[in-house]
Amino acid sequence: MIPLQLVSMVLVGAAGLAVVLARDVLRQTLVNAIYWLALVLLFVVFQAPDVALSAVAVGCGAFPVVILVGLAKVRARERGRRE
Amino acid sequence: MTQRARLAVFGVGALGLALVLAWGIAGLPDFGHYPGPYGMLLNRVAVPERHASNVVAAVVFDYRGFDTLGEELILFAAVLGVALLLRSGKEAHEEPRPMASEAVRAVTARLVPVAFLFGLYTIAFGPVTPGGGFQGGVLVALSLVLVYLGVDLAAFRKLTPTPVVDLLEGGAAAAFVGMGLGSLVAGMAFLQNFLPLDKIGTLSSPGSINLLNWAAGIEVASAFVLLFVELLNYLEAPE
Repeated sequence: MIPLQLVSMVLVGAAGLAVVLARDVLRQTLVNAIYWLALVLLFVVFQAPDVALSAVAVGCGAFPVVILVGLAKVRARERGRRE
Repeated sequence: MTQRARLAVFGVGALGLALVLAWGIAGLPDFGHYPGPYGMLLNRVAVPERHASNVVAAVVFDYRGFDTLGEELILFAAVLGVALLLRSGKEAHEEPRPMASEAVRAVTARLVPVAFLFGLYTIAFGPVTPGGGFQGGVLVALSLVLVYLGVDLAAFRKLTPTPVVDLLEGGAAAAFVGMGLGSLVAGMAFLQNFLPLDKIGTLSSPGSINLLNWAAGIEVASAFVLLFVELLNYLEAPE
């Protein structure tokens, strides 16, 4: 194992832990996107560029958008109830 | 349950998991010792046989083309479900929101064409270099979502008229299925190549993989655009 591979694995582990430890859902969504970015780095380092491209499109693009829309809807509804 | 009892249950569970994990990891092949004969075989035969220098594309659209059909239909069904649940017929009449800042508008205006083109490039060169219909399709869809960020939902909707996107999504999925069934009718294997192969490394090299790749790209791009339109419409719709 070359050092770069070890570093990318440690990064993924640390980012995954950060996702679990983030308690605020909005913050967690963004930390999760960073976690996916670490995964993308790992895929590139392990010479799987096809998987990396899929991961960047889904993990850093589509997935956060879906979660953010859901969160915005829930918050708007809560605000409406309070008024 | 007391705190202590919970901790004890967790401790037993965690210890068990750790033991099973350690056992499993100990049985893994050494790092860098890939034991899969299937992959080795493909690495040897895929390029000479299918003329696709990106072996992944040859696997996705030829050797395992049937699996890809399943994946496409999963996406198709998922987006159909979202549209069925969320499409109310009511157009979201957006509250006129404050215009995006000049910096955001300037960046998105320049980013949209570049990202769109990069998405098309990722699709087109999928069989030659890393990329392909799935990855490029999502990139194309995301480049169009940037319009929502920089302008508003109305502009995003106008750019992607739902009837057209519906047609593209269904049409591309049908084209993929049609090519598979057509090859069966012609007496060949499902999704077997029917176009001439060209020099390895050129865009036309892998024959009908190109058609399947573009069908997948159009299907994925329009599926994600539909997904985003439905979600954003739902978001902005009045309760």
